[in-house]
Amino acid sequence: MATTPTPVTEEVEIHPDVALVERAKAGDVSAFETLVKQYDRQIFRVAQHITQNREDAEDITQDAFLKAYQKLDQFQGNSKFSTWLVRIAVNESLMRLRKRKTSKTVSMDEDVHTEEGSIPRDFADWSPNPEQLYNQGELGDILRKTINGLPPGFRTVFTLRDIENLSTEETAEALGLSVPAVKSRLLRARLQLRERLSRYFRQKKESTA
Amino acid sequence: MTDYFDGQVEPQFIEEVRAHLCECSHCEVVVNTTRQTIEIYKDHEIYELSTEVRDRMHKAIMAKCAECR
Repeated sequence: MATTPTPVTEEVEIHPDVALVERAKAGDVSAFETLVKQYDRQIFRVAQHITQNREDAEDITQDAFLKAYQKLDQFQGNSKFSTWLVRIAVNESLMRLRKRKTSKTVSMDEDVHTEEGSIPRDFADWSPNPEQLYNQGELGDILRKTINGLPPGFRTVFTLRDIENLSTEETAEALGLSVPAVKSRLLRARLQLRERLSRYFRQKKESTA
Repeated sequence: MTDYFDGQVEPQFIEEVRAHLCECSHCEVVVNTTRQTIEIYKDHEIYELSTEVRDRMHKAIMAKCAECR
């Protein structure tokens, strides 16, 4: 029996998040709960990196998801749901920082014009490996302390791009910055972190005594 | 250099950087330790969320969402 060839149709691949958002818009709360479970850790980390405060980060995570739920109709699917959510969390975090520092303006532009630490001065290799030098707890403390020392504008770009693995374009979209601005801040953030970590990880010079 | 670290440059530029790194030990150290900086932050989750806190947050989020329906 001759078989009829299946017509070749061009299927547009829909991101699973878009389907979940559509279900949530239609009133399926469990679909939104799936999105919460998928992204809560990421949103919490972003908020904690920006605010440097655990309680604030928990509150912001809740507020960001609530705001996203209330504004689901505004999500058009032009960007990833996760990028849209991160943008809400970044705005909530910056608002929280502004409230905390009432007399001081906090924005993505704060302190980013400084060149301090962006010009390499430490040229010692890291040896032995940092994991061999410090235990997990000590290493975690060093990494937290070091990244917390960066200006918020640098810290946030590094967090989204290098820790959360957003693309440069997604980072720019989430922060309302241009792609060149993200690249410039990312390079300076990476160099400043390297310089600061070198104080802990640099190869110890042989004792001449 | 951001594009270089992210592997988003032309092969010719990569070759030029490699050639320079062979001759300049300072730049070699800066490039290597910058790569290590990125990797160490990728590999270590420095702000962990316990199961208890996650459960508490989920319940609070879903309760708030139910209120605004």
